[in-house]
Amino acid sequence: MNITYREAIKQAIREALRSDEKVFLLGEDVGRYGGAFAVSKGLLQEFGPERIMDTPLSEAGFVGAGIGAAIAGMRPIVEVMTVNFSLLALDQIANNAATLLHMSGGQINVPVVIRMSCGIGRQLAAQHSHSWEPIYAGIPGLKVLSAGTHEDARGMLLTALKDPNPVIIFEYTSMLNLERELPDNAGAVDITRAAVRRQGTDLTIVTYGTGVYKALDAANELAATGLEAEVIDLRVLRPLDEATILESVKKTHRVLLVEDAWRSVGIAAEVSARITEKAFYELEAPVQRLCGVEVPIPYPKHLEDASVPQKEQIIEMAKSICAPVLN
Amino acid sequence: MATSVEFPIDKSLGTKLVYEMMRIRRFEEKAAEMYTKTFIRGFLHLYIGEEAVAVGVMSALTPEDNVLCTYREHGQALVRGIEAGKIMAEMYGKQEGCCKGRGGSMHLFDVSRRFYGGNAIVAGHLPLALGFALADKKMKRNGITVCFFGEGAMAEGEFHEAMNLAALWKIPLLFVCENNLYAMGTAIRYSHAVTELEKKGASYGIPSRAVDGMDIRAVLQATTEAVETIRREGGPYFLVCNTYRFRAHSMFDAELYRDKSEVEEWKKRDPIVMFSDYLVNNNLATHEELASLEKKVEEEVNESVRYAEAGTWEPVEQLEEFVYQT
Repeated sequence: MNITYREAIKQAIREALRSDEKVFLLGEDVGRYGGAFAVSKGLLQEFGPERIMDTPLSEAGFVGAGIGAAIAGMRPIVEVMTVNFSLLALDQIANNAATLLHMSGGQINVPVVIRMSCGIGRQLAAQHSHSWEPIYAGIPGLKVLSAGTHEDARGMLLTALKDPNPVIIFEYTSMLNLERELPDNAGAVDITRAAVRRQGTDLTIVTYGTGVYKALDAANELAATGLEAEVIDLRVLRPLDEATILESVKKTHRVLLVEDAWRSVGIAAEVSARITEKAFYELEAPVQRLCGVEVPIPYPKHLEDASVPQKEQIIEMAKSICAPVLN
Repeated sequence: MATSVEFPIDKSLGTKLVYEMMRIRRFEEKAAEMYTKTFIRGFLHLYIGEEAVAVGVMSALTPEDNVLCTYREHGQALVRGIEAGKIMAEMYGKQEGCCKGRGGSMHLFDVSRRFYGGNAIVAGHLPLALGFALADKKMKRNGITVCFFGEGAMAEGEFHEAMNLAALWKIPLLFVCENNLYAMGTAIRYSHAVTELEKKGASYGIPSRAVDGMDIRAVLQATTEAVETIRREGGPYFLVCNTYRFRAHSMFDAELYRDKSEVEEWKKRDPIVMFSDYLVNNNLATHEELASLEKKVEEEVNESVRYAEAGTWEPVEQLEEFVYQT
């Protein structure tokens, strides 16, 4: 049946709370308010204030508390209202969660899950529209996931809670109301591999997050022009699943990388470098990137839309990369 | 800070306390020596002068309690029972160290003793301590969590977030401020508008008190009362131990920010000398017994160096281990 992206996340949280009494949800306005984006609406009534914990506006404080509680045997789901505010907790994530296993010579693992709402699309301007995936994806010790589909919005959390390492899950504000079909029994998913969301032979589009559905729509339109694009959803931004990418490159020989984050030092830059290092001689055209324009995100809708890749641009650039094939 | 200390000290406890303080002192003097000989590198922050705080506070704890410290934590690590040799080997960077050499002086851990660092971002471990105390409360365990930090940490936002959350959640957490008057080279009068630090705890509704951190009897008594309060009421407690570091902030520090006369003045209140005098004056120890303890400590410290020097380097092939738990 069709459900929203929001409902998929909520179902996962509910299932996690039901199946393990060590799981609790911790974050700003997750309880009485029902979640800033209504993701956890009703869970306080169902599970009570010990398991749905409203916190004050203390990002470093409650993210750190989640990390400590995870070390001490609990399984907290820490919700940072938006990725923008997560910078206030970056010390806890980068200096504590990511380092403790190493500094302690393997004694202390940190099984915390930190969810954050990410990205643009609601005219929230420059301080509420960040795509900070590249910051987190650059930190050894973290596992970094991006839920670009409804299946992952539900399934990633369940698997992440079983992982002995700190896992960051990026969810996307602009997708919350989006409906897609998701089987009732859709459950935990793998969190180690990228997914080939569409098979193709002419071009590989590598993307994640909000780029996944856009790229799939673009690929369907490209098919009408005779171009078969393969769409890879990275899903796991750290550690990257290089094998799936390289395999596809060896098949299609042409690559377009799509992401909302700023172009410089982004995930696409990393993927491009790896393709160049390991599959350079497979390429029949330069690897191309379609990324966020390097500007603080503006408020007006038309400028906001122009700040990140859109379906039309994906189609246009795919055609340009594949021009020799089309001719 | 006149204190009327009534804490009962018998011969056995007195001997243990003075031995622990002597051991920290001698261990660190040896570490400084090995640093100048370049066997120990990186940062080395000595605790010399502050021994009464670590020994006094730690002596009031049980094995069920969690301990989180700063990067000036050799003292707490020794009192908690981590072998001196494993600490010295850690500082040498040898794989026989308590963290396989991966952490060094600033990152000593021993999970079997609930000793969680060795944390080197000032105030960064206070939020972690919240989590330990929260988990104990949720799982209905008996332990409390003790978190040490300096007065420098109290200028950080994470301190204030942690105090508020601990009070709000009513969790069993003992905040211990080791106020040695200097955040690196910045004197307390340049970093805190209100220098009676215990007042800051009161503003969060947390029972708070200050104690003479050079007097181990006062520290032990205050901590015992603090721990009783926490176990009885369930909520946090804030203890300020006013103390002084006799040595430089780290081995790189030329100490341009304070007068030698100030240091000399504080050395008159050396916690080991004061407590030794107390023991002798109250017939709890003789000079001969104290000399014999010093000899024992000397041997232990020398043995720790031998252990560290006999240690081995982790093969570079293992460089990428301990990044992810499999």
